[in-house]
Amino acid sequence: MTEPTNTQTNSNEVELLSFRLGDEEYSVDIMSVREIRGWTRATPLPHAPAYVRGVINLRGTVLPVVDLSVRLGMRPVAGDARNVIVVVQIGTQTAGLLVDAVSDILALPRSALQPPPDLAADTAQRCISALTIVEGRMIRVLDLTAVLPQDDAEAA
Amino acid sequence: MPNDPMAEIKASFFIECDELLESLQDALTEIEEGAHDGETINIVFRAVHSIKGGAGAFGLEALVAFAHRYETVMDEVRSGRLEVSAEAVKLFFQAADLLADEVHAARDSQPEPEGAEACLKALEALLGADRLAEAETDDAPPDFQPMGLSLDLAADFDIGQTPPDAHVLHFKPHADLYASGNEPLYLLRALADLGPLETEVDFSAIPPLDAIDPEAAYLSWTLRLDRTLDEAAIRDVFDFVEDVCDLEFGSRENPLDSFGDVTSLLQFDASTSGNDENAPASFGAPLAAPPPEPTPAPGPPSPPSRAGEANEPDRAGMSPMTPPTPATGTPAADPGATVRVDLERIDRLVNLVGELVINQAMLAQSVTEAGLPPNSPVMTGLEAFMMLTRDIQDSVMMIRAQPVKPLFQRMARIVRESSSAIGKEVKLRTEGEATEVDKTVIERLADPLTHMIRNAVDHGLETTETRVAAGKPREGVITLCAQHRSGRVVIEVTDDGGGINRKKVFAKAVEKGLVPADSHLSDSEIDNLLFLPGFSTADQVSALSGRGVGMDVVKSSIQALGGRIAITSEPGKGTCFSISLPLTLAVLDGMVVNVANETLVVPLSSILETATLTREDIRVLGPETHVIHLRGAFVPLYDLGAELGYRAPKSNYEGGIVLLTAQENGERSALVVDAILEQRQVVIKGLQQSYGHIPGVAAATILGDGQIALILDPADLVDNASGRTGSRDLTLAG
Repeated sequence: MTEPTNTQTNSNEVELLSFRLGDEEYSVDIMSVREIRGWTRATPLPHAPAYVRGVINLRGTVLPVVDLSVRLGMRPVAGDARNVIVVVQIGTQTAGLLVDAVSDILALPRSALQPPPDLAADTAQRCISALTIVEGRMIRVLDLTAVLPQDDAEAA
Repeated sequence: MPNDPMAEIKASFFIECDELLESLQDALTEIEEGAHDGETINIVFRAVHSIKGGAGAFGLEALVAFAHRYETVMDEVRSGRLEVSAEAVKLFFQAADLLADEVHAARDSQPEPEGAEACLKALEALLGADRLAEAETDDAPPDFQPMGLSLDLAADFDIGQTPPDAHVLHFKPHADLYASGNEPLYLLRALADLGPLETEVDFSAIPPLDAIDPEAAYLSWTLRLDRTLDEAAIRDVFDFVEDVCDLEFGSRENPLDSFGDVTSLLQFDASTSGNDENAPASFGAPLAAPPPEPTPAPGPPSPPSRAGEANEPDRAGMSPMTPPTPATGTPAADPGATVRVDLERIDRLVNLVGELVINQAMLAQSVTEAGLPPNSPVMTGLEAFMMLTRDIQDSVMMIRAQPVKPLFQRMARIVRESSSAIGKEVKLRTEGEATEVDKTVIERLADPLTHMIRNAVDHGLETTETRVAAGKPREGVITLCAQHRSGRVVIEVTDDGGGINRKKVFAKAVEKGLVPADSHLSDSEIDNLLFLPGFSTADQVSALSGRGVGMDVVKSSIQALGGRIAITSEPGKGTCFSISLPLTLAVLDGMVVNVANETLVVPLSSILETATLTREDIRVLGPETHVIHLRGAFVPLYDLGAELGYRAPKSNYEGGIVLLTAQENGERSALVVDAILEQRQVVIKGLQQSYGHIPGVAAATILGDGQIALILDPADLVDNASGRTGSRDLTLAG
């Protein structure tokens, strides 16, 4: 750990919530995370893209849940008690991201984030806005606007 | 806002304005239909006048100026000097519309609407130049006038105007009357109980304060009673005081003469008429100008406390007193007691009640799971709780329900404006204005309805020449009708125009590449082409419509409200657009069903019946399509599990349970479900915002176990069903 623990966030620092999908590590900006919930069965939606797991009841509102693993082109998350749903908010839209497990909260200087190299643009690639290395592990930072199914063109 | 009390008052003024504008519209509509009576015209006048008065108080000069000139014209109408012609009514409507604009401009600090001056000029032209000048001078400046005035004047005028055949009594108590514990007030009340009573007090005998004998009796009354009353009954009232007062009965001479002190009365009169804008002064006048010598007190003194009480009827005596009947001349129509509540608070209540319903369902479920006997106290208590919850929910929903009338009034304006813009004579007829619909529905209905009304005026109705040639009345009629029909609200826009020119519609659709030229479409399929995006048949793009963003937008906004739109047309007779909407966007009665282990809710309003299929019922139509033979008719069969992608279609539906549903156009379809669980009220949770539209799904709800269940839209499901092919899919795209 090269960075001293610093709870104060300033413009040069970014806090990330990291989680596991399969064997890979991903993260999102913690500012967009509203809460983390345990796994509940989602009600499947007809005619929905494969990565839309369904909808769950979040204290009286209907919350769509995205299987992040499928969204990024990997095998679906098993859907058992160990899995969690990360509730995120992008603009006015709220959605749940189904992930295998939450691992850590990381505070990093903004300079530690690198843009991903320009490789062949697959689904996963488009959703990743930056890469960083923490203790030898590569962590992908997700661009939530690209992940969420609000944009139909993106979803198709 | 709360820190500016003025802003709050102003806000409530604008709310009042809206109410006044509504009554103005109503009254004008009545006048248009031939009600030229004074009261209706008065309502118009009063509405304009009240707006002017309020606007004056807030210094909204533009509004005051407009209202003032409008009012001037209406005053002429009211006084009967101006004839109400059809032309005039049209102008009144226009002015009312502009007044509404002025009010809204003042509210939102927007620039004044255009055309105000032209409209006012046209209005004033009705009067002619001299009359206008006259009317203007007659008119009091727009300020507040002291209201107390009229009462006192009326009292003065009443003197000597007694109808000759009324009972007139002069009643002068002696001090003995007071001393014996009697009280004139009670006597007067007793008289008032007999019938309408007019009282007039003469306090001319009261000496200056320093000469007053506190126990003397100085006051006397002149009383007038309806002549139909029995004289004996009146005498009975005075039975106990006859010997301690002077009571003159039945005198018809001028009451003033019967009292000695005419001078002071004259002074009294002079002071009133000379200074008639100042009521309190006239009251004080006789006290300030007493006769030089104290008038001999008639009779022994009376206790001061009694004299103080006796003052009460004095004051009442200043005005014609007609108890016990309440004041006549009620101001306008009684609007009923209402409370203005912030919509946000109601919405919060609606949401809370929604949560309550969900919670109650959860509770019911866990009680059932606990395996308590059905007649246990818990179960009966829960049942009562369920009924209460339902009552609360209904009541809360009723708060949100509003009559469609204001919406229809807006449409009346649209008709007036759009018909005059293209020079057609159009009349809007409205029915079922009192039909109540959820406020949100009303608000979101305004745009699509405006569109449809414009379409009806522009495309639906023929030009006046064509109408005359076809032997129809010159004036086209558009009917706007709202009614409750089986748990939904149906709003119909009907015109008596030429109907849909199906040939033209089809040609246009082919030309635009929306349908293949060789396709054969039924009449109703052609009609439905109108709802395709980018379709517009107007040969010329008029100022009103024809930009190709018409009916498809209407259709999608109606669908977003959970409604459906249907079209029927008869050549030469007209076209009818029918919108069917849910009563509320918050709850619905549904049938909870199970399909492939998923729980779904089907709106009860769309289900005609349920049935179990026998082998004889089912007929195979195509490789994957089935129909059922039901009482002589063939009904298409849809497997919900397959349609929603939960499982593959079954090969055999024998023994399956079907829900028979009906669509707006009367088409029926049978939906196969695995099991029917229960029937219950569910709270609607929108999917649109969080996810978007799913074909066949109207919304979602939360069940007793906290799980989300989807609420189906059977009509939409059938429209998007996999069995549909070709043109049908195209027709119903979007």
